[in-house]
Amino acid sequence: MVKPSSSSSSTSQDALALFNSLRSAYSATPTALKIIDLYVGFAVSTAIIQVVYMALVGSFPFNSFLSGVLSCIGTAVLAVCLRIQVNKENKEFKDLAPERAFADFVLCNLVLHLVIMNFLG
Amino acid sequence: MEGSETSNGTTLRNAFGNVLSFFILILIGVLAFSIRLFSVIKYESVIHEFDPYFNYRVTQFLTKNGIYDFWNWFDDRTWYPLGRVIGGTVYPGLTLTAGTLWWLLNSLNIPLSVETICVFTAPIFSAFTSWAAYLLTREVKGAGAGLTAAALIAMVPSYISRSVAGSYDNEAVAIFALVFTFYLYIKTLNTGSLFYATLNALAYFYMVCSWGGYTFIINLIPMHVLMCIVTGRYSSRLYIAYAPLVVLGTLLAALVPVVGFNAVMTSEHFASFLVFIIIHVVAFVHYIKGVLAPKMFKVAVTLVLSIGVIVCCAVIAVLVALVASSPTKGWSGRSLSLLDPTYASKYIPIIASVSEHQPPTWPSYFMDINVLAFLVPAGIIACFSPLSDASSFVILYIVTSVYFSGVMVRLMLVLAPAACITSGIALSEAFEVFTRSIKFQLPGLQGISPVKAEETSSDSTVPLNEVPKTDKSGETLKERPSRKNRKKEKEPVEKPSIKARIEKKLLVLPLEGSVLAIFYLCCWVPSMCMVHCVWAAAEAYSAPSIVLTSHSHDGLHVFDDFREAYAWLSHNTEVDDKVASWWDYGYQTTAMANRTVIVDNNTWNNTHIATVGTAMSSPEKAAWEIFNSLDVKYVLVVFGGLVGYPSDDINKFLWMVRIGGGVFPHIKEPDYLRDGQYRIDNQATPTMLNCLMYKLSYYRFVDTDGKGFDRVRRTEIGKKHFKLTHFEEVFTTHHWMVRIYKLKPPKNRIRGKTKKSKSKSTSTISGKRSGTKKNPWN
Repeated sequence: MVKPSSSSSSTSQDALALFNSLRSAYSATPTALKIIDLYVGFAVSTAIIQVVYMALVGSFPFNSFLSGVLSCIGTAVLAVCLRIQVNKENKEFKDLAPERAFADFVLCNLVLHLVIMNFLG
Repeated sequence: MEGSETSNGTTLRNAFGNVLSFFILILIGVLAFSIRLFSVIKYESVIHEFDPYFNYRVTQFLTKNGIYDFWNWFDDRTWYPLGRVIGGTVYPGLTLTAGTLWWLLNSLNIPLSVETICVFTAPIFSAFTSWAAYLLTREVKGAGAGLTAAALIAMVPSYISRSVAGSYDNEAVAIFALVFTFYLYIKTLNTGSLFYATLNALAYFYMVCSWGGYTFIINLIPMHVLMCIVTGRYSSRLYIAYAPLVVLGTLLAALVPVVGFNAVMTSEHFASFLVFIIIHVVAFVHYIKGVLAPKMFKVAVTLVLSIGVIVCCAVIAVLVALVASSPTKGWSGRSLSLLDPTYASKYIPIIASVSEHQPPTWPSYFMDINVLAFLVPAGIIACFSPLSDASSFVILYIVTSVYFSGVMVRLMLVLAPAACITSGIALSEAFEVFTRSIKFQLPGLQGISPVKAEETSSDSTVPLNEVPKTDKSGETLKERPSRKNRKKEKEPVEKPSIKARIEKKLLVLPLEGSVLAIFYLCCWVPSMCMVHCVWAAAEAYSAPSIVLTSHSHDGLHVFDDFREAYAWLSHNTEVDDKVASWWDYGYQTTAMANRTVIVDNNTWNNTHIATVGTAMSSPEKAAWEIFNSLDVKYVLVVFGGLVGYPSDDINKFLWMVRIGGGVFPHIKEPDYLRDGQYRIDNQATPTMLNCLMYKLSYYRFVDTDGKGFDRVRRTEIGKKHFKLTHFEEVFTTHHWMVRIYKLKPPKNRIRGKTKKSKSKSTSTISGKRSGTKKNPWN
């Protein structure tokens, strides 16, 4: 989750403790949410790969690049929204059924990918 | 409201209220539609002004040739010889809307002409706008405020001015799209539902399709998000409302051909991306905060924030590098002139020359939003108590739109919905305070004596009681002498009113006062405003500007010269003839006369316009050469000197000189001014008196009254008797408002050489000077 990269001598201990507590806290999350997290991570890494590829090769069919990256980011964002909504710990969405949240998610994805396909060129 | 009735009674009352507000909304829609029909009643069902004619022509093309031809439409009848790609350079929302309406009605076997649809699109959409305003305000402050705002927006003059029947322009549908997008944003913010977020993105797409003003949305919403984050109001609903909107909205905006890659390339959109990154950082911090123990979180904060700041800095650096690499710093001229109001007048005369791009005057505020201008501050105060995400959005909206309306008079239109929403809130809040105090006092009529006591003051609660009233009604009419005191008192009031339920006893107003105030708020203010709005709709904003009327002692005069001239052109000239005029009349010429024009109101090529401006400000021979090189057959000038029509070409002439001189430096503005004064009488400079525009406007003018008295400039013209050498007059309309000249064909050189008749050739040379009947160019 958090990159303990800033490893100066004094804070490295803290970072390690933080990392441990993060891992223990995260292991408590339900499996469904973990799957969503994996999905988000996959989408984001795909986006990053595309950006790197663009930097190496060039952005000539710009709409293809744009739709590729934005589709990844969009998927990630929508999945994060879904995760927020189905998370039991979120008090704001107590009265929102997970099925409803998932239906919204599917609808939003449908719109997103219709647009992407249209824009792909 | 706070009555403790049985649940049965409450639901009944709620149902009754819903039905009632439904009917009120229908009536508001009818009002919004019908108040805009004055132009049809007083004139006729006709398209107005300039840009609507272009939109009308595009709609005709769309309905005739279908959507695919529309996207690929290359128009060779304007901007000769360049042409214009219409499909890729228009905001297609309006035409697609009207085309869809037409198609729908026709498939229902309701045969309406395209023109009728175009004329009535704006009133229909203004009804939609008032409903959208109801929805938006209901999300912010409840149904009562919503109804008030809807009623106000149905008849606010500023919006009427752009949406009367026949005013078939982008703004007609764009304001609806704007308000509706804001409503969906607020709705998403309040519910946190992805469904509404999707709808929000689609509404935003419609707005992008309709109007260049969509950049207002894509900057305002990030501003609001940023404000929420900074003031510590971040919630996961905010994330759901914003993040999908940016991704989907950007993609959808890039689908519109006229926006295209601009949606990710220009600085207008960068704010949204920046805030998009920020909100992700904030969301991540929130997540970590929820997962970790408070003690661990403190450790995490330093790490996460430092990484976040580094990422932000990197992104900002990239953005700055990107922006700095483009010449205009990534901002388009129109946006720059919004941020720096002096920009346009310095660098882009073509933007500054349009009258609706000028800053407004103070009276125009009163004219356009009338009593709302006084209610808006009260509404802002009401939004602060209590401050929610939605009401903070309204505050931000009104503040930014006030600024923008101060820059460009055209953007008063963006202010109008904001002003209506805030004053709707103000009115309904005031109404609630008064009704509550009446309700509180009426059951026990013994309470009159304490009321009396309160009126005569000396009670400690009195200052608290008095203030809301002075806030709300005092703003509008009464000029309280102690302004400073009132300002001071406002501060303590806001806090009590948050806990209004608890301290409602303290907020009770005197009975008579509140009855009077309700009477004042319900009858007097609306009726005063209503009278003004109806007057504005009927008199000020309904003129179609292609048909003019004037009242004089001997009755009503109708000047239908424009259509007369365009009809003459379409009947008496070849289909492929090119007509040159100043760009204002380009759209009308192509739409009504169906002739090719050199420049038109889509001012995309400054050089081309400058060429025409140069020709108009050059002497006859040079102008003839310029026009001939452009293959122009006819020149059209608009002249108001005979009937006193002020917005004619002579009054616009200095802009032609400026725009022409901006590209061709041999045209110098001082040459046309005598001591800095623009004049056309005998004090005028020779350059002025010999330029083409002067000659074409005043040719034979002295024949009308013998003196050549110009009724617009209120002076006699400087040069009265002159002949044209390179142009011939072919048509002048009934009131001389439009004059059409034909370019004489060039001299036939071979014949002139072979004839060898010395006497003739000398007479032609002298003929040019003296202007004899013989035409040297024939």
